[in-house]
Amino acid sequence: MNVIVCVKQVPGTNEVKMNKETNTIIREGAEAIINPFDTYAVEEGVRIKEQTGGKATVISMGIPSVAELLRQTIAVGIDEAVLLSDRAFAGSDSLATSYALSKGINKIGDFDLVICGKQAMDGDTAQVGPGLAEKLGIPHTTYVRKIEEIRKGYIRCQRMTEDGYEVIEMPLPAVITVVKEINEPRLPSLKGMMKAKKAEIRIMTADDIGADKDLCGLKGSPTQVVETFVPVHDVNSEMIEGTPGEQVKRLAEKLLSMKFMTVK
Amino acid sequence: MSGIRIIEESCIGCRLCVKACPFGAIRMDGRKAVILDNCTLCGICVPACKFNAIDYEKGPVSNAVDITKYSGVWIFAEQKNGVPEPISYELLGAGRKLADDRKTRLTAVVIGDKLSDACEKLIAYGADEVMAVEDGSLAVYNDESYSDIFVQMIRKGRPEILLMGATTYGRSLAPRIASRINTGLTADCTRLEIDPADGKLLQTRPAFGGNLMATIICPNHRPQMATVRHKVMKPLEPDYSRKGLVTRPEVSIPRETSVKVREVVKTIFEMVSLAEADVIVSGGRGLGAPENFKLINELAEVLGGAVGASRATVDAGWIEYNHQVGQTGQTVGPHVYFACGISGAVQHLAGMSSSDIIVAINKNPDAPIFKVATFGIVGDAMEILPLLIKEFKAALG
Ligand SMILES: Cc1cc2nc3c(=O)[nH]c(=O)nc-3n(C[C@H](O)[C@H](O)[C@H](O)COP(=O)(O)OP(=O)(O)OC[C@H]3O[C@@H](n4cnc5c(N)ncnc54)[C@H](O)[C@@H]3O)c2cc1C
Ligand code: SF4
Ligand code: SF4
Repeated sequence: MNVIVCVKQVPGTNEVKMNKETNTIIREGAEAIINPFDTYAVEEGVRIKEQTGGKATVISMGIPSVAELLRQTIAVGIDEAVLLSDRAFAGSDSLATSYALSKGINKIGDFDLVICGKQAMDGDTAQVGPGLAEKLGIPHTTYVRKIEEIRKGYIRCQRMTEDGYEVIEMPLPAVITVVKEINEPRLPSLKGMMKAKKAEIRIMTADDIGADKDLCGLKGSPTQVVETFVPVHDVNSEMIEGTPGEQVKRLAEKLLSMKFMTVK
Repeated sequence: MSGIRIIEESCIGCRLCVKACPFGAIRMDGRKAVILDNCTLCGICVPACKFNAIDYEKGPVSNAVDITKYSGVWIFAEQKNGVPEPISYELLGAGRKLADDRKTRLTAVVIGDKLSDACEKLIAYGADEVMAVEDGSLAVYNDESYSDIFVQMIRKGRPEILLMGATTYGRSLAPRIASRINTGLTADCTRLEIDPADGKLLQTRPAFGGNLMATIICPNHRPQMATVRHKVMKPLEPDYSRKGLVTRPEVSIPRETSVKVREVVKTIFEMVSLAEADVIVSGGRGLGAPENFKLINELAEVLGGAVGASRATVDAGWIEYNHQVGQTGQTVGPHVYFACGISGAVQHLAGMSSSDIIVAINKNPDAPIFKVATFGIVGDAMEILPLLIKEFKAALG
C-alpha cells in the first residue's frame, strides 16, 4: 500500500524563558524542526508500508531549506521525499496550503492513504487535513488514535473524541490526521542515516505540479492577518509559605474568596 | 524577496520587526532591516513596524465573491442525543451580538434526529431562526453527510458569517466545508467583533501555542467562517418566552455515505470534559506512582472539574492520552488549573498558560511551573493533595 505523509517545518522551541515584562514564553533559537505531530504521521506511514508492502513518501510545502529537514524522515524509513517550493506558495493560508498539497499529491499519484499530523504547532489550525481531503475529493477522519484494520480500498480506525473514541470505516484512498497516541516514533537507524545522506530530495515548483498560481500563496488565501500582539497574562505569582496545613488553608481561602468555584 | 520589501527610507532600525517575526526571517544589516529567504510571507511583521517601513503587497485574490449578496449570521449548533452541547449556547451568545451589530438575523443550524427540544432551547438562547435537518440517519455525527447537507444550506442561504465550535467535530467539519466553497476559515477564535468602519468580521485567535494573538479578516470571500474556542464566549440567559422560527430546509440527505461510524465509545466518565471544565486538576511525575492519580481524581470530583496530566505520565502509561495537556495533547483554558507535581516543561505550559488562575504544587522551588503560577506551594503533592481534598470537602459540603 502506498502512503503519502504530509510534513510541515515549524520553528522549534528548546528552552523556557520568560519575558519578565509580559510574562510570556520567549522562544529562543528558532531552530527549525519537523512539526511534532508529523513525526507520528511519518511513523504510521512507515509502519503501514512495512506491513503491507508498497511505498511511503513524504511531501512538504516550504522554503528550500526544508529539503534538509526531510532527510530525517528518510532516516526513519520513508522511501522518498518531495518538497513543493516556489515563491508562488509563500503566504498560503490553510486553504491555499490544502490546494497546493493536493496538486503535489496528485502529481505523485498512485496512493492509498494520506496521513497528516493533528495540527501544526505554529499556525495551530488543524485545518489542512480536512481541507486537503476535500480538494482531493476523498473522505477524511481527524484525530486518529489507532488504525484497527487497513487493506486495499478499506480502513477502519479510531478517532479520539472529547469523551472517548469512535470507530470509523472509510474506503481508500482517504486522508487521516493523527494524534500522538497512535504510536511511538522510532529512532533513526545507522543504515537509515546513511540512506538519508545520499537521498535525493525531489523539489517541485508550482508549474511542475500544474498548480494554478492564482490559487496559491497570498493570492489564493482568503484570510489575512491584520494585527498581531503578544498576550499579556498578569501573573502576580504568590508563593504560599508555612506548614503544609497552613499552606492548604491559605490557598483554599484565596480560591474560595474568588468565587469561581461554583460547584455543580 | 518578492511580495515583501523593507522601505529603506522609512526604516529607522528599531528592530521591532526582528522581534516580531516568528520565523527568524529578518536580520539587521547595519541600521536597516533585511528580509531573508526563509520568509513565509505570513504578514506578522507588517503591523509590528510602527514606521510603515514594510511594504507587503497582497494583490488581488482569487475566487472573490460579491459580498453584498450575503447576509445573516449562522451558527452550527452541535448536539448529542438531541441535546445541544454547551458550545452551541456560547456560539449563540457571540452570534447574537454580531447579528445585532450587523442589524441582521441570527440563525442556528442543527442537524441530527429528534430535535424539537433542541430547537426550543436554541431559540430561548438567542436564535431568531432554527434551521433543523432531522433524519434517523443523522443521529450520530458523520463528516460526510453533515458537510454535504451544510454546503447545500450555505449555497442556498448565503450567510455572511458562519461560526462553529472548535470542538473535535467542528474542527473537522468547518475546514471540509470552507475548502469546498473556497472561503477563509479562522481557527480557534477567542474574540469576534464587527469592524465599525466596514462591517467586516475581526477574528482574533491564539497561534504558536498561545504565545501570539493574531487578528484575521476574510475581506473578499463569504461566508466569513470561524471556529470558536470553548468557554470564551458567554451564553445569554435563556428566555423561554422568546419567539423564533423553526424551519425545515429542503436538502437532499445522502442515503448512503462512504464514511461509516461503526461505534461510539465513551472512556471518560467525568462530568465535564477537559475542554469545557471550569476547573482542571492535573498530575505529573511528582505524584510518584500511577495509583496516586486517584488523589487527582478525587480533588477534581470535589471541585466538579476534569482531570489533566503531563506528557510524562501519559508516556509512562499512568493515565490515558485523552487527559494529556500541552503541545502534543490538548490546549485548555479553565478558570483554575491545578498543576500537581508537574515541573512545567515549555510544551506543557503552551497548553495551559492561558488559564485564569494557576495553582502549582511542586517539591522543587525552581520548577518552571512557578513562573506562570498565580499561587505556588513548594511541597510534596502527595502530602498537600489529601489536605486540599479535605479542606474543599469541608468548605463546599
Ligand atoms: C499567526 C498565524 C495565524 C494563522 N491563522 C490562520 C487561520 O486562522 N486560518 C488559516 O486558514 N490560516 C491561518 N494561518 C496560516 C497557516 O498557518 C498556514 O496556512 C499553514 O500553511 C497551514 O496551516 P497550519 O500551520 O495551521 O497547519 P495545520 O492545519 O494545523 O496542519 C495540520 C497538518 O497538515 C499538514 N501540513 C500543514 N502545512 C503543511 C505544509 N506546508 N506542508 C506539508 N504538510 C503540511 C501537516 O501534516 C500538519 O500536521 C495563520 C498563520 C499564522 C502565522
Ligand atoms: S520595525 Fe520597521 S522601522 Fe523598525 S527595523 Fe523593522 S522595518 Fe525598520
Ligand atoms: S512576513 Fe512573516 S516570515 Fe516574513 S519577515 Fe515578516 S514576520 Fe517574518
